[in-house]
Amino acid sequence: MEWIKLIGIAIIVLGFIFKFDTIAVVVVAGLATALVSGITPVEFLEALGKAFVDQRIVTIFFITLPLIGLAESHGLKEQAVNLIKKVSGLTTGWFLSIYLIIREIAGAFSIRLGGHPQFVRPLVQPMAEASAEAKYGELEEKDKELIKAKSAAMDNYGNFFGQNTFLSAGGVLLIVGTLDSMGYKVTSLDIAKASIPVALIMILIGIVSNIYFDKKLARKYGNKGEQK
Amino acid sequence: METFFNNLLEFFFILIGLQLVYTAFKVFKDVNNSKRIGTSLFWLDLGILFMFGKVMPAVVSGGLVAFLGVISLFKQFEISKFTPVKQEKLEADAKKYGNAIFIPVLALAIISVLLAFAIKESSKAAIGVAAVIGILLAMGIFKSKPKEVAYESDRMMQAMGTSGILPQLLAALGAIFTIAGVGDVIAQMIGGFVPEGNRLAGSIAYVLGMVIFTVIMGNGFAAFTVITAGVGVPFVIMQGADPAIAGALALTAGYCGTLLTPMAANFNALPASLLEMKNPHGVIKEQVPVAVIMIIVHIALMYFWAF
Repeated sequence: MEWIKLIGIAIIVLGFIFKFDTIAVVVVAGLATALVSGITPVEFLEALGKAFVDQRIVTIFFITLPLIGLAESHGLKEQAVNLIKKVSGLTTGWFLSIYLIIREIAGAFSIRLGGHPQFVRPLVQPMAEASAEAKYGELEEKDKELIKAKSAAMDNYGNFFGQNTFLSAGGVLLIVGTLDSMGYKVTSLDIAKASIPVALIMILIGIVSNIYFDKKLARKYGNKGEQK
Repeated sequence: METFFNNLLEFFFILIGLQLVYTAFKVFKDVNNSKRIGTSLFWLDLGILFMFGKVMPAVVSGGLVAFLGVISLFKQFEISKFTPVKQEKLEADAKKYGNAIFIPVLALAIISVLLAFAIKESSKAAIGVAAVIGILLAMGIFKSKPKEVAYESDRMMQAMGTSGILPQLLAALGAIFTIAGVGDVIAQMIGGFVPEGNRLAGSIAYVLGMVIFTVIMGNGFAAFTVITAGVGVPFVIMQGADPAIAGALALTAGYCGTLLTPMAANFNALPASLLEMKNPHGVIKEQVPVAVIMIIVHIALMYFWAF
């Protein structure tokens, strides 16, 4: 009957799938796991309290919030937009690659560009599309759709694989805290350093895929472009 | 040296506690928030845990953590509304300050890394030191008063909502799993497929476990706690892998799963609808080949680099 201990994992999976409140789901999962493993409710509260207090380091990024807020309220994103607008005259593929690189660097400096609503929709996708149309004229609908998908994808790639190179990204501190709770001491600097290769490889794969996309566009619309 | 930085860290936790209590106070006074009592209690509860966690009996802390769950279970939490800064003002400010806007955020990252590099014992407290310096720089550049700093703290804290403390709670759940022996059970169960001591099989199991659980749950953080306890520790770290490298790779392996799953609506479905795409899964479709390549990259790095 050892497998009954996995009830907590089942609760987490179901809770996240059905979008129950995450905080409640995690507490209930912990309680259920403890109870089926012969831990009394009081022992559970003791363990939970100790672990939560020990792991306050995971939430230390709260102390950076006033700083980020001040910068945002004084035009941080708007200035980032100004900088990206200066990047012009590139092919669609290279524009997307530059955005991927900017997104990763921003992540490494904990600058949250705000993702799809604030950046991709109003800025990245229109500029990526415009740089293709400047070269080849009106695009077919399915290529426009592809540029949209790629613009959104670049933001995800840069965001996901760049953020952990920042010393106190939520993910970095989660790794430090979780490993610590299982008896392994690592520092957030170790984790940030260990996250660099994946960040670089992601940029490389992104660039290759975007060069391929440029070639594909050139093959398809190339003749038309030369006539212009 | 170590004691000094530990005390400094405790001081930063008290500062965070004050931020939380301030937000509790602001929410309590916000009559437009229909759940102001529950929400205010949530922030106050968290503030007490941060300020007095070290001196309170563990069972009291545990009760307070459980109470956070109770508040959210009964949906007594609501985020207050803030008036957004006008777009014209933001653009005028961007023009006025130019790239100087980036100084405080760059200082935050650079100072924390340099400090952690220079003094190894400071690595936990480094971000707090950098944040305090960064805030002072921002106040100088933007000529902000302390009141504005408090306002921004409250606004950002509430924008984060309950999800801000999810990573910490998951890390605590990891400790419960360890005590209960959840990892051992999973290890026994998958021991049949993954021969113990086979590093390649262990690396594949850890990476794919992260990908699959993230695809199912749509959340790489939750997957990390579960899979690290069950697969990462017994089949990778205990076989001699570097815990920092294996852990770092595992979380980004989970993000490969995020690229593939409709469960991560914010990242995949939301942009598709924002961009008025015809195929609601168009973004995922685009990401599949890259995610597959990245999964292979993760397995290779885990096997060749972590060991």
